[in-house]
Amino acid sequence: MKVIVTVLPKTTVLDPQGAATAEAMKHLGLESVRGVRVGKSIQFEAQGADEAKLHEIARDLLSNPVMEDYKLEILP
Amino acid sequence: MRFAVIRFPGSNCDQDCVLALESFEGVEASYVWHKDESLEGFDAVVLPGGFSYGDYLRCGAIARFSPIMKAVRGAAADGKLVIGICNGFQILCESRLLPGALIRNRDLHFLCRHVFMRVESAESSFTGAGEKGAVWNIPIAHGEGAYCAAPEVLEEIEKRGQVLLRYCGAGGEVGEETNPNGSVGNIAGIRNLEGNVFGLMPHPERACEAGLGSTDGRFIFQSMIQAFRKTGATKTGEEAA
Repeated sequence: MKVIVTVLPKTTVLDPQGAATAEAMKHLGLESVRGVRVGKSIQFEAQGADEAKLHEIARDLLSNPVMEDYKLEILP
Repeated sequence: MRFAVIRFPGSNCDQDCVLALESFEGVEASYVWHKDESLEGFDAVVLPGGFSYGDYLRCGAIARFSPIMKAVRGAAADGKLVIGICNGFQILCESRLLPGALIRNRDLHFLCRHVFMRVESAESSFTGAGEKGAVWNIPIAHGEGAYCAAPEVLEEIEKRGQVLLRYCGAGGEVGEETNPNGSVGNIAGIRNLEGNVFGLMPHPERACEAGLGSTDGRFIFQSMIQAFRKTGATKTGEEAA
C-alpha cells in the first residue's frame, strides 16, 4: 500500500514561509488569498503496515507535534 | 572534568567546541561518534552546532534517533550537565529533553552575526559564572532559530525561571527591535526543569578568544566547570533533590 503523510505548521505557529508566499500570490493578482501554510508531503510504500505504527512514525519522526500537524492517508 | 562532544554526520562546530573547552584548565574534551552507545567516564555532554543529517525533515529530527542519544538521555537523567548549542539545541528540543521547538527565522534569512543577550538568572549551572542582568555578546548563525512553544508551556517555563538568556540590545533592553529571529519572548536559551540540560542558539564556543571579537562565551563553559567542581553533580533547578 501507498502512504502519504502531509505535514503542515500548526495554525497557532507563525509560518513565515506561508506569509512570504501569500505576499507573492497577492503580487500575482490573487488579492483574496488567506491562510497560506507551507508544509511537506512524505510518500512511501509499506506492504501490510499496521496503521498504529504508521501514526507513531508520522507523529514521532515525520512531524513535530509542538509545531506541526499531520494527516495520514493510506491508499490501496 | 571530562566533556564529550558528540559528532553527528553534518556537525561542524565540534572542533570549535573542543578547542574552546580545552582552553580551560583541567578540562579534557573528546569527540564521541553518534553511533557510539556509551558516555561512561564523561562528566558533561556537548551537542555542537552544525547541520546534522543535512537538516533533512526538520533540524535535529533524525539526529534524535542516533544511537548515542539514548546515552545522552541517560546522562541527563543521571543529572550530568548537557548543553546543546544551535543545532544541538534543536536536537534537545526534538528529543523532548527541552520543551518547545525552533522554527524558521521570522524574516526567513540565515543570520550570522554577533548579538547581545541578557542573563535572566545566574542561579544556574550554565550562567553561574556571570551576573543576573549582565549583557553578553555572542554570535548566532542559524536559519531555524525562532523559539516557539505552546502558550501554556511558555507560561510554565517563564514562571519557573527556565529562560536563562534573552536577546537584547547593547544596554540590555529586550523588545521586538532587539529580537533577531522572532523567538517568543526574545528567548535565546532555556534550561530544563531540573537545571542540568541547557539549550541555546548563540555559539559560546565562537566567543572564547579576544581575537574573535568577544570572550563572553567563556562565562557559559566556566559556569559548567564551576558547577561541576562545586557539587560533582549538577542539578540546580528547583526540582533538584
